[in-house]
Amino acid sequence: MMKPIFIVPILAAVVAISPLRAQDIVVGEFASLTGSEATFGINSSNGVELAKEEINNAGGVLGRKIRIVLEDDQSKPGQPSAAVKKLIASDKAIAIVGEIASSRSLEAAPICQEAKIPMVSPGSTNPRVTEVGNYVFRVCFIDPFQGTVMAKFALDQLHAKKVAVLQDVKSDYSQGLAKFFSDYFKAHGGEIVSDRFYSGGGTDRDFRAQLTAIKAAQPDAIFVPGYYTEAGLIAKQARSLGIKVPLLGGDGWDSPKLSEIGGSAINGCYFSTHFSPQDKNPKVQDFVSKYRTKFNAMPDGMAPLGYDAMMILAEAFKTAGGTDGAKVRDALANVKNYDGVTGKITIDEKRNATKSAVVLKVNGKQNDYVATVAP
Amino acid sequence: MTKVEFFQQLINGLSLGSFYALIALGYTMVYGVLRFINFAHGDVFMLGAFSGYYLTPRVLPHFSAAFAPIGVAVVLLSTMCICAVVGMTIERLAYRPLRKRPKLTVLITAIGVSLFLEYGGQFVFGADPKAFPELVVDRPLEHTGALTITTTQVAAFAVTILLLISLTLIVKRTRLGRAMRAVSNNATAAALMGVNIDTVISFTFALGSALAGAAGILYALSYPSIDPLMGLLPGVKAFVAAVLGGIGNIPGAAVGGIVLGVVETFVGGSSFSTYRDAIAFALLIGILLFRPSGIFGRTQVEKV
Repeated sequence: MMKPIFIVPILAAVVAISPLRAQDIVVGEFASLTGSEATFGINSSNGVELAKEEINNAGGVLGRKIRIVLEDDQSKPGQPSAAVKKLIASDKAIAIVGEIASSRSLEAAPICQEAKIPMVSPGSTNPRVTEVGNYVFRVCFIDPFQGTVMAKFALDQLHAKKVAVLQDVKSDYSQGLAKFFSDYFKAHGGEIVSDRFYSGGGTDRDFRAQLTAIKAAQPDAIFVPGYYTEAGLIAKQARSLGIKVPLLGGDGWDSPKLSEIGGSAINGCYFSTHFSPQDKNPKVQDFVSKYRTKFNAMPDGMAPLGYDAMMILAEAFKTAGGTDGAKVRDALANVKNYDGVTGKITIDEKRNATKSAVVLKVNGKQNDYVATVAP
Repeated sequence: MTKVEFFQQLINGLSLGSFYALIALGYTMVYGVLRFINFAHGDVFMLGAFSGYYLTPRVLPHFSAAFAPIGVAVVLLSTMCICAVVGMTIERLAYRPLRKRPKLTVLITAIGVSLFLEYGGQFVFGADPKAFPELVVDRPLEHTGALTITTTQVAAFAVTILLLISLTLIVKRTRLGRAMRAVSNNATAAALMGVNIDTVISFTFALGSALAGAAGILYALSYPSIDPLMGLLPGVKAFVAAVLGGIGNIPGAAVGGIVLGVVETFVGGSSFSTYRDAIAFALLIGILLFRPSGIFGRTQVEKV
């Protein structure tokens, strides 16, 4: 039995601390801070951090500060579900932000749906992610659109008739994007002359076998809808095998590591993504300068997506007038014409954002802006 | 498949196989002497790649373009020395105290050492993939017609052959090599004859780890993205190659590595590329069904 003299200070401490703790709005975030897609997690969480700081410096939302609890999923399957369960059960997160890679968002989404905790993915583009349930949202476009963008680009700008596809058999994102690209390309007079597979996530490093077969099919371009680590290696090996045609990719390429790994081999290749830091829009330039001041690096496409995801979530808290899961969900579903860094965001009935994409050309450390494609 | 494509795939397969061969040699030597699989071997390979990553920018600028090959040799040899020391240290600290214990204990310790190096590596080097510096400029050779062979492929293949020959000479022609063969044949009898078993085992680990270190650098040159878990899969595949060739047998490890690399490449280039590893490994299971002791694993064959 504890003596009353001890209980009093403990009670006093609990009373003093608990209202302070309760005031913070806890937002859980899971991201690939390490592993093969590390720059996705690092840069998107930098974006979230920047948004959180701005919101809190301006007094927070509903008079409360936002607190982020960030979990690393190591770019590995199995980790996202563990991370999200922990965020919901022990950190009492009232909303979840994450992930970029679709396979990992797909792993976490059913848990959020079950717990009725709204989840906002900054950059998962596979359509199946938000089909999991009505609590799952995203602030980016989806692959049926992104695949069309690159197929159109190959047909109209590169005048390619024959394209080879080299896709990651382990990634929902890569397979979806490959399918949507191929469907559009074939429907508009193009031909897929070779379709080869590899295992991503650091499993395969040698792609010469697939590339030799692709070279024999003599394509005008090669579509590589994978992530940056593999894309860089694939470009190197393709060039060393004497393949001179351009490689095309999606937003999975958007990382400063792409040109670090790919070197000069990846120069002159094209990819579609969410944002270009060269965009003259003042909103974009403002973001770029704030990001550079804080993190001393140029933002890639994942950083503003993280920023927009956090900002839209804060808007939803305001509209909902509280942090009740169902109300925040309804508020998210009704976001219309939100002026984000990555464009005007309207959440449609399938909880996807309808937005335009940009096509960039790899040019060493920076990527040159080529075109904007509206949906 | 055209003739050009066939030979191109053969070249691709040989260059991939030569990495497996180099790593497999380490497995097979340790097995030959100690009858145990050193699962941490793939991680010594990873340390080799990281040693190259840190040494290259510190060594190469001291050599002008004309002497660049000497700089490359310095990086390669220093890495081999570092890995040799790491290998000996692992043996001294983790395996030697357990030598009298059941083999299973040592095996589990080996898995522990492997995990320690992998996750310790994540702590020290960081877990994100790093771009390996261009130690050798990777460009296609000229005058090879429709086939392309790159400088790094040639370098990797040449170094593999060179190391294989030196290893065979060491094992067959030196006193320590003879001691290794004696320990492999019968450790107790060798000890009674005055062979210092500890020295021989230490030397075996040094030699195997040095080869893994060289393989790490050559591998990173060809696939310039390195991370602390990069040793996992090549390690497993090299182990399979060693078993395929007949574990404990030096030429067997080399041949097993080449066979695995070539099979994998041909499957990878076919329209079954999704099942590359599955088909490659199914073929290996098939070979082992008919030759359980591996391609070279005859009873008469001399073991190291």
